[in-house]
Amino acid sequence: MATNGIGASVRRVEDFRFLTGRGTYTDDINRPNQLHAQILRSPHAHAKIKKIDAAKALAAPGVVAVFTGADVEKDQLGGLPCGWLVTDRHGKPMVEPPHPMLVKDVVRHVGDQVAVVIAETRAQARDAAELVKVQYEERPAAASLADAVKKGAAQVWEQASGNLCYDWALGDAAVVDAAFKRAAKVAKVDIVNNRLIPNAMEPRAAIGDYDMAKGTYNLYTTSQNPHVIRLLMAAFVLKVPEHKVRVYAPDVGGGFGSKIYHYAEEAIVTWASRKIGRPVKWTAERSESFTSDAHGRDHLTDAEVALDKDGKFLAMRVKTVANMGAYLSTFAPCIPTYLYALLLAGTYTTPAIFCEVKAIFTHTVPVDAYRGAGRPEATYVVERLVDEAAKVTGLDAAEIRRRNFIPRDAFPYQTPVVVQYDSGDYQSTLDIALKTADYAGFEKRRAEAAKRASCAGIGLSTYIEACGIAPSAVVGSVGARAGLYESGLVRVHPTGSVTILTGSHSHGQGHETTFAQLAAERLGVDIANVEVVHGDTDKIPFGMGTYGSRSLAVGGSALVKAMDKIVAKGKKIAAHLLEAAEADIEFKDGVFQVVGTDKKKTLVEISGAAYVPHNYPIAQLEPGLEEQAFYDPTNFTFPGGCHVAEVEIDRDTGVVSVVSFVAVDDVGRVINPMIVEGQVHGGVAQGLGQALLEGCVYDNKSGQLVTGSYMDYTMPRAGDLPPLKVSTHNTLCTHNPLGVKGVGEVGAIGSPAAIMNAVHNAVAPLGIGHVDMPATPERVWRALNSAPKAAE
Amino acid sequence: MPTVSMTVNGKKVTADVEARTLLVHYLRENLGLTGTHVGCDTSQCGACVVHIDGESVKSCTQLAAQCEGANITTIEGLAQGEKLHPMQEAFRENHALQCGFCTPGMVMSAIDLVKKNKSPSEREIREWLEGNLCRCTGYHNIVKAIAATAQSMRA
Repeated sequence: MATNGIGASVRRVEDFRFLTGRGTYTDDINRPNQLHAQILRSPHAHAKIKKIDAAKALAAPGVVAVFTGADVEKDQLGGLPCGWLVTDRHGKPMVEPPHPMLVKDVVRHVGDQVAVVIAETRAQARDAAELVKVQYEERPAAASLADAVKKGAAQVWEQASGNLCYDWALGDAAVVDAAFKRAAKVAKVDIVNNRLIPNAMEPRAAIGDYDMAKGTYNLYTTSQNPHVIRLLMAAFVLKVPEHKVRVYAPDVGGGFGSKIYHYAEEAIVTWASRKIGRPVKWTAERSESFTSDAHGRDHLTDAEVALDKDGKFLAMRVKTVANMGAYLSTFAPCIPTYLYALLLAGTYTTPAIFCEVKAIFTHTVPVDAYRGAGRPEATYVVERLVDEAAKVTGLDAAEIRRRNFIPRDAFPYQTPVVVQYDSGDYQSTLDIALKTADYAGFEKRRAEAAKRASCAGIGLSTYIEACGIAPSAVVGSVGARAGLYESGLVRVHPTGSVTILTGSHSHGQGHETTFAQLAAERLGVDIANVEVVHGDTDKIPFGMGTYGSRSLAVGGSALVKAMDKIVAKGKKIAAHLLEAAEADIEFKDGVFQVVGTDKKKTLVEISGAAYVPHNYPIAQLEPGLEEQAFYDPTNFTFPGGCHVAEVEIDRDTGVVSVVSFVAVDDVGRVINPMIVEGQVHGGVAQGLGQALLEGCVYDNKSGQLVTGSYMDYTMPRAGDLPPLKVSTHNTLCTHNPLGVKGVGEVGAIGSPAAIMNAVHNAVAPLGIGHVDMPATPERVWRALNSAPKAAE
Repeated sequence: MPTVSMTVNGKKVTADVEARTLLVHYLRENLGLTGTHVGCDTSQCGACVVHIDGESVKSCTQLAAQCEGANITTIEGLAQGEKLHPMQEAFRENHALQCGFCTPGMVMSAIDLVKKNKSPSEREIREWLEGNLCRCTGYHNIVKAIAATAQSMRA
């Protein structure tokens, strides 16, 4: 193994520029002669636009243009497309309303974009936006799921009666019903998966720069997948040829899903730049992020599990209502269906599962994938249910899991919910985690905490997820309107240094390091001689981008395929130069050698020969050493593991402190352990945020976003987290060349359930049966003070 | 428009700025020092922390005009050429950054902490960082990096 290859905690290549303030985020870029855009947003959740009067704004200092929905209509632009068509349980397609980039008739959530004001400076654009007079006729709004499904609720879309987008189901209801009939015991939960606001630290930004001389549109944007944005914007919104559009996503300050989607502002600045003939820049203020970035989660679920007399799961029944918001964001429809119900088997042998999902429109910001996307929701249902099952059977939380785990020798394992797991070892991750967390010694710690007027609790989550998204044919058969392969290109330069061009996009994940390590390992090149390029549609042949923990499993696999092609071509060249048979050449650590001899050529010599083909098999082989590959996975990958949280709750204040957190994850082969641990740390922090701190709140009556800033929406801070004990116990993925599974989301998927199981474990002795996320001090204090045994 | 003069990263600068210009916008837009970031509009996130006369300050809470005569250090002013400041080096060594957006503010804030408290406990570090949000790292490695820097500076 090269010292900087697979398994080495190589320090990150990208850090120098970030640490010295020399990163290039979109808002750091300024184009010559650039203008600034301010988006005028709806202050109402639901209103008819009667009239827009921009005369005063147009007369304001520095203002160059004001565009509205009428201009969009006049230019015959399209709406923002949805990338996934879900078909309901009766074979009917989902209701798919239009999603205009500027709204002309009816606004449907606070923050909906109504007009764009473009001026010489940011301040002028902002001042002038306040002068645009919009006459609204307010209408009643349905801001919560509970309200939107009521009879007589305000309708978001005329064509979606009862605000229903689709009514979807998976599984055999009759088989599940029969299992419940013969059950010895049944456990139930009725839970809320709280709505979250992703809050990548870099607010979204976009610069449109139309080049009149070349007739090309340039878009600089904060995106996780620039090629997807190019495709959607060119083909569906602006209706211009794709080759005339360049999308560049430079350094991007976090995404967590929220920067996957094609947003209106990207199309607005690109279109406006051509109309005006100057570059147009827009950068979100954080308040705008709150009301215009897609939100995450937001489910209401009733679930039950049927158990036999030994605590074995016989069947599971799940009923979920999921919030879509006012419009369908790019991937929204697949999140509460295919990324949710397919994970309901968890790590268990439950033989029959039936899941019903109703997707509902509300007068709120669109909801789409946020770190984990569907899988944290599934994990929360399953793992809360398992703890309830432990309660009704009187079994220990670890023991009931052991009784129901898919055994380590049962892989590949076909679940009753479509997917087939390729590998895993849930017993071991559980055992290691319990030992690390000193599960056996917990009751002693509970007793000690009680002396300090604290309730201590411990909770487990033995979760699974599906990532490495995704086999194109599989997702295509269930409604995806795109393939989900990845592309990679490996260029060996004449002097032997290497440029890797990848369709994956790094916005914190460290691809510039990890992917360079792949080249170090597979080509024997020092990582100092490897450059990783991503984020630019003009440089990278194609790409589907980064989400669903897919970069290494799919993007990395494409690179491995391309490197294999490099080695194969190199062997042909070496065979020629060394006057040996191609079959006799072996390649190792950057050297092509005739087996059993000392005759060899280095990769540098081979690349030299490829680019200066004086002595070269030119009749059979093209010069140059550059290979491209596309990789389409044959299955999802299935990371899993065990998270153990220990909490202490202050009896007087209701404050929940996580005093210990252990994660033992199975993420397949690890390329860079340091980066893997960092990914888990970050995911756990977001999971802790969901469990204890974060909750998006709308005022039910007005549809106003109550948690619209960092003063109101509680982000996890350093003081909210304990030191995290993170490790891996890995089984290899069986179907990709690296054996990797993915690590980006595991932290956020496993941890909320572990923390909430710990909270429930802490308050159960007081007779408290249920606490919803986020378990804020107020919520917990109220529960403590109305608890049946609170006086103790 | 008021004229304002200050020293930024050792260099004297003078400019006419609109009275409402915040220091962070002055640094980013007038001086092109884009390492100082804007992550919110309520002075919560700390991505814009710089040093004003040696103290860590959120540069979104100051008008440029308030900084007349002040000595400002931004993230760009820390390293000596390619040689990183010990805090920057510790962040790299401990993987205390991922997307890098909060990083300049974190580093500037952390340097002020170890100047004021030579051996901060883990709890003290976490409490000091109350005004700096990070969405990527879970703070774990940031806390480690700061503790390591404090220790190496004591040694």
